[in-house]
Amino acid sequence: MNAAKARDALLAGPRGLALSVVSITGSIVLFTLTVVSIGLIPIGVGVLATPLVIERVRAHANFRRELAARWSGVRIPSAYRPVPHRPGLAGWVQRCTVMLRDPATWHDLRWMLADMTAGFATALLPPVLILYMAYGWVLALGVWRPIADAGGDWFLFVHVVSQGTAYAAAALGTAMFVLGMFVNPALLRGHFQLARALLAPSREAELAQRVDRLTETRHDAVDTSAAELRRIERDLHDGAQARLVAMGMNLGTIEALVETDPAKAKQLLAMARESSAEALTELRDLVRGIHPPVLAERGLADAVRALALRLPVPTDVSVDLPERARAEAPVESAAYFAVSEALTNAVKHADADSIWVDLSYGAGALRVSVGDNGKGGARTGAGTGLSGVERRLGTFDGVLAVSSPAGGPTLVTMEIPCELS
Amino acid sequence: MRVVLAEDLFLLRDGLVRMLEAFDFEILAAVESGPELTRALTELEPDVAIVDVRLPPSHTDEGLQCALAARRARPGLPVLVLSQHVEQLYARELLADGNGGVGYLLKDRVFDAAQFIDAVRRVAGGGTAMDPQVIQQLLSRRVRDEPMGGLTPRELEVMELMAQGRSNAAIAERLVVTERAIAKHTSNIFVKLGLPVSDDDNRRVLAVLAYLDRG
Repeated sequence: MNAAKARDALLAGPRGLALSVVSITGSIVLFTLTVVSIGLIPIGVGVLATPLVIERVRAHANFRRELAARWSGVRIPSAYRPVPHRPGLAGWVQRCTVMLRDPATWHDLRWMLADMTAGFATALLPPVLILYMAYGWVLALGVWRPIADAGGDWFLFVHVVSQGTAYAAAALGTAMFVLGMFVNPALLRGHFQLARALLAPSREAELAQRVDRLTETRHDAVDTSAAELRRIERDLHDGAQARLVAMGMNLGTIEALVETDPAKAKQLLAMARESSAEALTELRDLVRGIHPPVLAERGLADAVRALALRLPVPTDVSVDLPERARAEAPVESAAYFAVSEALTNAVKHADADSIWVDLSYGAGALRVSVGDNGKGGARTGAGTGLSGVERRLGTFDGVLAVSSPAGGPTLVTMEIPCELS
Repeated sequence: MRVVLAEDLFLLRDGLVRMLEAFDFEILAAVESGPELTRALTELEPDVAIVDVRLPPSHTDEGLQCALAARRARPGLPVLVLSQHVEQLYARELLADGNGGVGYLLKDRVFDAAQFIDAVRRVAGGGTAMDPQVIQQLLSRRVRDEPMGGLTPRELEVMELMAQGRSNAAIAERLVVTERAIAKHTSNIFVKLGLPVSDDDNRRVLAVLAYLDRG
């Protein structure tokens, strides 16, 4: 048995103890409150109390979800329907109905019943297995005497009445401790697995949640691409198109002037050439904004490298992708613009003097991190560039996380599930 | 001078052929795809190749890759790469072998026939022709990083033109000063940046480019 395993087994003691306290008090109190407030709905008070109580129940269940993930690596999915937040009495009634109609609410109730009994027992076993050894040795070291005088006591199946039986109790306690060292982590996991069995949403609820998410991201995708097309249309209309019109006009005038006023015609020709150069520059910038040419030619890694070379702040790019591997074009493009936005933020707002980008692929997802040593304070709230990135990644089930405490450093990480080819 | 030309868009290819022929270049081959280019470069031994970065069939940076491969096979083979966009990344790859005889220009530069032809001749002669945009990207990075060894604004201007691959005579003409004045500026630049002084125009340009890219 190695040190990490032993540490886990010993830690299971206090953890189990804490869990058993939370199970017995939290679940009993909240279960009772829920039943009472639902019972009071007919006389009106329950309508006000029920949403409040159910909110506490959800917090209670979510706390257990968190502990399950942190202590035993057990992931318990949750699928509460979104609760509307309308003000006033009508809002309370609506909240109450939505919550009572949500199957997750009834799953929570069912779980609390099991949690205060079976859950409590499984949580209590690890500390008991550890503490019984101490009790056995306390008996063996002399405490057996007053107990024997009072008629003896049962240490599990050993009747402690003499030094000999007290030693037997100590040996038994030690055996329990050894057993605990092996089974404690499993017992704790068992506790969480019981919770998962009862709390995890049904397949139907999970699918419903997935449909909601897909509907939302699809709306976002449609909105984003419509806005993007609108921007491109405007840029073309005001830019290259207008310049071409001017050029055509100039050429028409030149045609008329070429024999009567060659000097003037030459001057207009120079203007026409300038217009065409400007139109090209504008088109080039526009193309870069739609799909950067390096991305098409070289893929994500080199496109990010080329991007880094354009930045005024020294930027270090490290890439850990299979050689010449490419993701699908839309994924590459989303990842590129996400990196681009994160880099722009770092340059514009962070006051950083060094930036780094890290690209890697693992477990079926492309991972991108952008970090800087600037002053931090970046946020993803509505209207920020990063929230746009978040929505864009959402279309691919990608996620974005920002860690940017005031004072820095900032770290933006993105993960996009995709396949490389 | 014998040229191999690779450009997939018919209008541009045709235009370039006409322009080059007008300036007395001999077009050995005008091709439109990567494999054809590779064949032409190995079989025809041109004095200079003019290559579009993006070529069929892959429509990626096939032209650039063919040019780089041909230069590995025949070091110093003069290649002028044309593109709709310029990237420092590509410029660095072209310059990496330190052999010279390299050009990298935006396609817009063909608007000015005289300057473009000058660039082709320079590259064919073992010199370099870097697009002003590439040089500006390099410079803007360096200037922000450090004061560039205390160059005067005039010296910076001269260095920018030199990095594009122009000779002292061409710079003098451009800035409307004597060639002697430019020679003085360039030697000042080399002393201030701590670069080895050389009489060879091409060596000097490569040294400046390497210095700029080091940041």
